[in-house]
Amino acid sequence: MSEETPAPLWEVFIRSKRGLAHNHVGSLHAPDAEMALRNARDVYTRRMEGVSIWVVPSAMITASSPDEKDSFFDPAADKPYRHPTFYSIPKEVQQL
Amino acid sequence: MTLGVAGAAAVYTLRAADDCLVLSHRLAQWSSWAPTLEDDIALTNIALDLLGQARGLYARTAELDATGRSEDDYAFLRDEREFVNCLLVEQENGDFATTTVRQLLCSTFQLALWQSLTTSTDEQLAAIAAKAVTETTYHRDHATDWTLRLGDGTAESHERMEAALATLWPYTAELFESDAVSQEASILGVGPDPESLHPEWHGYVTRVLGDATLVVPQSTWKPSGGRQGLHTEPFGYMLAEMQHLHRSFPGVTW
Repeated sequence: MSEETPAPLWEVFIRSKRGLAHNHVGSLHAPDAEMALRNARDVYTRRMEGVSIWVVPSAMITASSPDEKDSFFDPAADKPYRHPTFYSIPKEVQQL
Repeated sequence: MTLGVAGAAAVYTLRAADDCLVLSHRLAQWSSWAPTLEDDIALTNIALDLLGQARGLYARTAELDATGRSEDDYAFLRDEREFVNCLLVEQENGDFATTTVRQLLCSTFQLALWQSLTTSTDEQLAAIAAKAVTETTYHRDHATDWTLRLGDGTAESHERMEAALATLWPYTAELFESDAVSQEASILGVGPDPESLHPEWHGYVTRVLGDATLVVPQSTWKPSGGRQGLHTEPFGYMLAEMQHLHRSFPGVTW
């Protein structure tokens, strides 16, 4: 825990209730997975935010590059037909 | 002599309440000083759990001793000699190892106490205990985890844990002292005589210490007196800090 060698960084995902997906809520430092989970519980679920926690080493995440933003995302901008807007969603469906 | 509190059940409840409040304040003193941000929050979370437990127990004490005192009256307007917490909870934080050992010793005791209190004939105490069991289970897990890591960690962390154990172990004898109050409470079915909690406490603590490659100290010195209001020197300083705002500005809120 010395300042010279900070513990590895972990990304924290929390499921707020059963049936929903885990959402990314932030990150924290911990020496191993067990303590990362414990720290996540202490840091991110103090106000009953969740019923399930995932922790993932930040180094294991492969991210898209901001430089590739145009080629990655712009092609989808003018293709409205990919949105399922012609279906009516029943009122009872809260989360889709 | 405990002042202004009549009846074994009231004194018995007050002892448990004072243990919670004092340990809570000691942990709150770590706020912004813990080794990492994550543990800063963990320790203050635990402090808040303990404060909540203390509040429930003070409210029940006020009914049992029929003084109608408020939680603030108990926390801020009693002097050192009127506090009946054990000496272990008031011991200074020291380094993180000392706090870890104190947490292991205290939370293991408290968990055994809450588990037993869930069957109290006093329904309010049973309800407070039932809620506290889940909280204190986590407190003990947290302390156990750090004890294993630090005891079986580096040469320095091991050395610090041994030093902390040597300092704090003598104060554990007082936790299990039986006296007229605890015997009466036990007979009334209010709560267990602390003596009866020792086997479970000792079994758990020695197993964790063994796994953490730490040796249980052999100590013949058994300081005592907390339950009678006779405290160690650092406690007065802690109380002064804890109480000064409320005493300087009576009834202050913010």
